Amino acid sequence: MARIREVYEPLSGTAVSLNCQRVSRRELFARGATSLGAFLLGRQLCLAAAPKRAAAPKPADAPKPADARSSSSGRQAKAKAVIQLWLSGGPPHTDTFDPKPESGSDYTGPLNHPIETNVKGIRIGELLPELAKVADKYSIIRSMTHGQDGHETASYMVQTGRMPGGRLVYPAVGAVVTAFKGFEKGTESLIPPYIVLTQPQGRFSEAGFLGIKYKPFATGGDPNAYRFEVEGIVAPGISDGQQRSRRAQLDRADLLARTLQDSPQMVAAKEAEEAAYDLIIGDAGKVFDLSTEKDDLRIRYGRNTFGQSCLAARRLIEKGVKFVTVNQFVWDTHKEHFQAMRRLLPNLDKGLATLLSDLSERGLLDSTIVWCCGEFGRTPKVSWESPWNGGRQHFGAVFSAVVAGGGFKGGQVVGASDAKGETVKDRPVYPGDLIGSLYELLGIDPEANLPHPMNEIVKATPSPAEGLKLAGRLKEIM
Amino acid sequence: MESSTPPPPPQPKPAAEFSIQVAGADRPKKVPQAKRGKKGPPIAIFQWLLGGLAVCVALVVVKLNTPPGTPTPARRPTAKVPEESAADKRREGSKQGEADNTDSRGPEWGLDPLPEARHDRTTFELLAPPSPRGRLDELVFAKWKQLEIEPANPCSDAVFLRRVYLDVLGTVPTVQEARAFLNDKSPDKRKKLIDALLQRPEFADFWAMKWSDLLRVKSEFPVNLWPNAAQAYHRWIRNSIKNNLPYDKFVRELLTSSGSNFRVPQVNFYRALPSKDPKGIARAVALTFMGCRTEKWPEERLAGMSAFFFKVGYKRTGEWKEEIVIFDPHKSDAPPPAPKPGPKQAGEKRAPEKKLKPALPPRPVLPDGNPVEIAWDKDPREVFADWLVAPSNPWFTRNIVNRVWYWLQGRGIVHEADDVRPDNPPSNPALLDWLAEELVKSNYDLKHIYRLILNSSTYQLSSIPKSKHPEAAAQFASYTVRRLEAEVIIDALNQITGTTESYSSIIPEPYTFIPETRRAIALPDGSITSSFLELFGRPPRDSGLESERNNRITAGQRLHLLNSSHVRNKLRDGPGLKKLLAEGNASESVYLAILSRLPGDGDWGGGENLAWTLVNSTEFLFRH
Repeated sequence: MARIREVYEPLSGTAVSLNCQRVSRRELFARGATSLGAFLLGRQLCLAAAPKRAAAPKPADAPKPADARSSSSGRQAKAKAVIQLWLSGGPPHTDTFDPKPESGSDYTGPLNHPIETNVKGIRIGELLPELAKVADKYSIIRSMTHGQDGHETASYMVQTGRMPGGRLVYPAVGAVVTAFKGFEKGTESLIPPYIVLTQPQGRFSEAGFLGIKYKPFATGGDPNAYRFEVEGIVAPGISDGQQRSRRAQLDRADLLARTLQDSPQMVAAKEAEEAAYDLIIGDAGKVFDLSTEKDDLRIRYGRNTFGQSCLAARRLIEKGVKFVTVNQFVWDTHKEHFQAMRRLLPNLDKGLATLLSDLSERGLLDSTIVWCCGEFGRTPKVSWESPWNGGRQHFGAVFSAVVAGGGFKGGQVVGASDAKGETVKDRPVYPGDLIGSLYELLGIDPEANLPHPMNEIVKATPSPAEGLKLAGRLKEIM
Repeated sequence: MESSTPPPPPQPKPAAEFSIQVAGADRPKKVPQAKRGKKGPPIAIFQWLLGGLAVCVALVVVKLNTPPGTPTPARRPTAKVPEESAADKRREGSKQGEADNTDSRGPEWGLDPLPEARHDRTTFELLAPPSPRGRLDELVFAKWKQLEIEPANPCSDAVFLRRVYLDVLGTVPTVQEARAFLNDKSPDKRKKLIDALLQRPEFADFWAMKWSDLLRVKSEFPVNLWPNAAQAYHRWIRNSIKNNLPYDKFVRELLTSSGSNFRVPQVNFYRALPSKDPKGIARAVALTFMGCRTEKWPEERLAGMSAFFFKVGYKRTGEWKEEIVIFDPHKSDAPPPAPKPGPKQAGEKRAPEKKLKPALPPRPVLPDGNPVEIAWDKDPREVFADWLVAPSNPWFTRNIVNRVWYWLQGRGIVHEADDVRPDNPPSNPALLDWLAEELVKSNYDLKHIYRLILNSSTYQLSSIPKSKHPEAAAQFASYTVRRLEAEVIIDALNQITGTTESYSSIIPEPYTFIPETRRAIALPDGSITSSFLELFGRPPRDSGLESERNNRITAGQRLHLLNSSHVRNKLRDGPGLKKLLAEGNASESVYLAILSRLPGDGDWGGGENLAWTLVNSTEFLFRH
């Protein structure tokens, strides 16, 4: 096992302003309509953190020091964006990133030949050969813990860092990052800053109390299909020309809009329509067209929904999207677990490994955090009996997570589980520790508040003051 | 108990939210058209390059279809529409030609190209000033006179029909209903329609939805009512509205009941709270029934009011998730409830809970400043409820009539409707007082208040404002245009197309499946939702604030309606729409189904594409 190095890098005090440049409405209108929709989206996203609508920009509107918008500046941000690979259902830690070949066949099942990686001392599961070649790019946390064995509670904890059941429904990391980072490119891009490929969680609301403004855009469709039919953006069987015709017809038919054209409601409706059409027939929607990628790269990612979602995630990050979640709802393998692993792990292996190399080759890995885990692990001891027939159950006492890029070091292992992978042996890492580390790398001030609809003071970063169990951020790999 | 199965493949859901906020006063009053509409020319150029021939053909057809000199309305109709001069007509005609040049209809459209919809404003309003019809109107008209505000004209029958259906039932009229009303020649047909609608089952559905927003009826956290209790609570609320339970009795039941959350559903008022400590209860009571935000109160007023809720107790039973709300006379002797310990962390050892000294309950003081003495075995909630619902208590009556006004008019007499405080005075105090008196006189019959408002000339104004007076909106000088609620839009789409949605909740157990025919306005539990409802701003039911319901229009919503498979499939495959299109008078039926009015001269025929166009029009999406 690799030696864990304790590294404390002093944070540089250089301020990096991530605020959107504020531009007046009039200026934007004057710049022409191409930027209008962008402005509408971008502006809203930039201002997303402000609980109340900002009026026409005036110096007096300058944000208060503690709000979400301003507090991402003033700290060195190593990471600009996050790709979260969410393995919903709970992937088995002992068959993937924390193999225990010595624990006997009642624990390992048939998968008892872990493989060496390109980092001396780190071994991973035998079904992950591609990831073994790039272990220098990522770090493994083998001591994730929260003790929860229910999907809902565990999903909530791993993705918010908080305990459920209090007065507040906390937002998931993606919504928080959206609130703080908004859209760095400001008016240049139309694409929403928080995107889910392809279906949303369902287990809980990603936006929490932040409200619908911070919900991710879920693409629907299948990026592995001939045409990635992104819900609302790419409609099957309707060409761009037809879309234009429809739009012209709509504009002609809309009598109320014409009668009340100066009313704020009609102006807002028109603006929303312009923005929508910029995605439907403008250039912005082209980011979802994977056919422009080289075939061999698409094959390296894996020609399956997960692999192509990873590729789509990279394309979105390139365009300035701040947070992409790839949801994969296949990991709740209570029954016939090992057959499932032979089916699922090769896709994970190709998708994640290619994503890391591709980001690295394009110089994006240094600024993009890749975070891969599920809500918990699976029981290290195999349930051989019927009806499981070689299954693994929910296991929140200890599990693994993988982090890479954006300021996380590669080739490291954090923490350890015991000989059978059943308890934390060394250096527990609670969900709030990992999330706090992500926020730190993204330059989010640990003292910053989230925008709350009733102006309650709620910290973005999980802290022990809330009564949470925490063991410290992942300084050893930051 | 949590489910151990993976979630079912979710519905396709674009949950995008990139909203454009509706402007307030800070929006530039007028944006030059040329700048706003700059989308046109680049598309036209593009089209010209790629399909010049097709455009030429389209132009020719348009020319053929548009007789020379066809009058076209000015972009902003003016009062002199009926009498246009020949010069006006020529000018408009040439404008039409320009518009055609920017038309980018491609060869694929397959419909005859259409001229701009031609209407004068009589589609929306009558061309005569309104006249007062009763005391309510007198009070409003007096304000207009005093402030020199010119009110809008009365709305047309078609606008009234659609508006009153949407406002009273949250439902659009069917083709038959619309036809019957528009063909009815009797002078009191509006009054008859109002009376009929107030008796419809959808009235109970729609207003139970509104009350469930305010009372936070949902099964999941942070409120955690649990599905059975949420549904029982919703059923009780709906029945109360259906039976027109007098409003004072409705509130008294909510405030003073004790018993099981499953068997005495109104006790869920004390469970559906962001915070169950006495102050949290007092906050919710003040917000819901007095329209007050206690954070704007002096601290001692909240403390005095919270003393009435010190003896609310909660007990578990042997039944799964049953909870009994009780009057607990000894509660103040007990230590304050320890914060509920969260689930245990791995390897955590919990310290034994410390015994705290009992906190002395504060002295109950009514919000009007009067302290009261309450015997130890008397339920203080009763004392508070007696004070609250007393006819002499304007806090109570004004709050509810102001809310009803806000719900129907889109703007409160005190605005916002749940922010009553001395420095936010009513825009028409006499009107507010009169409505409150009417409520007491009618024995707290809320339908009486609905009837008064709906029958007034004020409510029946058109939404086309005539006055630029800064107070015009606050004085209700025109009807307030606003986007339909999420539930209302999806129900209307289903009704028009003859399709349904499936609503279910697998979290938490027990699973809840809703019959396909159930409308979204009748969903019993805020946790039962769909991506459509979320996208269109259904409230999370966390805070009980009116503003939780987000009716702003967003780009994500536009994407969904314009282009999603969800809406596309409804329009393409919906049996109801297919039937309408098969009728002899298809375009008239489609107009009646979607916009509740007949097509005008310039409106056109066409199948699914017509339906697509109309459901994407603002006339469909906004109450007006």
